Amino acid sequence: MLSRRLIPCLDVRDGRVVKGVRFRDHVDMGDIVELALRYRDAGADELVFYDIAASPEGRRVDRGWVERVARLIDIPFCVAGGIRSVEDARAVLHAGADKISINTPALERPALIAELADAFGVQCVVVGIDSVREADGEWRVRSHTGSPDAMRAPGKRTLDWIAEAQRLGAGEIVLNCMGSDGVRAGYDIAQLKAARAVCQVPLVASGGAGAPAHFAQAFRDADVDAALAASVFHSGAVEIPALKQFLRGQGIEVRL
Amino acid sequence: MEVAVIDAGGANFGSVCYALERLGAAPRVVRDADGLRGMPRVLLPGVGAAAPAMALLRERGFIEVLPRLEVPLLGICVGMQLLFERSEEGDVACLGLLPGRVRKLQGGPGLRVPHMGWNTLEMVAPSPLLEGIAAGASAYFVHGYAAPVTADCIAACTHGERFAAVVARGRIAGAQFHPERSASVGARLLDNFLRWMPA
Repeated sequence: MLSRRLIPCLDVRDGRVVKGVRFRDHVDMGDIVELALRYRDAGADELVFYDIAASPEGRRVDRGWVERVARLIDIPFCVAGGIRSVEDARAVLHAGADKISINTPALERPALIAELADAFGVQCVVVGIDSVREADGEWRVRSHTGSPDAMRAPGKRTLDWIAEAQRLGAGEIVLNCMGSDGVRAGYDIAQLKAARAVCQVPLVASGGAGAPAHFAQAFRDADVDAALAASVFHSGAVEIPALKQFLRGQGIEVRL
Repeated sequence: MEVAVIDAGGANFGSVCYALERLGAAPRVVRDADGLRGMPRVLLPGVGAAAPAMALLRERGFIEVLPRLEVPLLGICVGMQLLFERSEEGDVACLGLLPGRVRKLQGGPGLRVPHMGWNTLEMVAPSPLLEGIAAGASAYFVHGYAAPVTADCIAACTHGERFAAVVARGRIAGAQFHPERSASVGARLLDNFLRWMPA
């Protein structure tokens, strides 16, 4: 049976893992390779590295740390942030990343998804979506979410964008529900369920994990393929080995 | 030990090389058939589609040389699919080193394609390549096409349908999953391949 995946997300700045408090005041959390190996040993199924500086500062991802991670890590990993072209993606993939994730650049120029899928295959192409429920009850996307001042609302409905991204060649969708992000009150199950109904490729839940039960809910109720989380893993509030035992006890297939 | 890693245009030969280095082997990226001369082991990785990979192998002279090779050869992912006679992906003739046709995974309710993630291995036939790998161990898969379970299949996997996860026949072997990304299970398969003495 295919396992449900648990994916810690690490924010990277200048080759170090950092933790931001409301986008600012980044605290150094340690060396990227050291933390990556720690999560690998704990049983993480995959890792996402988000270069938080590359995107807002218009820089490319520094391939130096991607290569350092690739040399030592033996589980799959994805790099997000600062990828705007096939050439950017090629540099990151050749440095050893298994997948690349694009968000704002895909909203600005949806054809980028197709270009990446043609060049590297759909299995490499992850589309990240930041989404909020607006006053009229519709979920709509946000772009430029790397910094609060730059954030924009392009007006696209989230469910339409999920369908369009798949049509263009997205091999996986990460849906970050901004309303629940950082609150640790659980994933946005209603939104994830709606997304699942229109998403035929693997769907990754993001935003809101605070306790083991939240992961079980996302897998069982929203049928997501993977769950991504940052702060609960970094703080140690949820330990991956214990989480996996809990999920298995709930009858959810995980890799032990 | 030196290992030739064929660059078939995929993006992952870097991670395959790193995995070999972690095991103490010395990978050599090879871009034309001449580079295979004297190499005691050959690895054919591959991410991407079957048809462009076959075109590149033809252009670089590998198509004539690989069938005549006398040393162990391991295909990974698309690299394993290329060992078979044909692939439905782009309806292309492949190397024909193993009988069978590679077909698209059908998917279905709750079965996403591409098949992406950790899935369990079912042991089909004993082999030195599988030594130290327990039945039910998990490996990391990413693929939309799969090879059939034939007489050459030594481990299988199921995603709706059952397909070949590891194959071996003579000096030819293949893994549908990514050993370089399958933690200790993958490292063990690669290590077994480095020690493999096919009869």
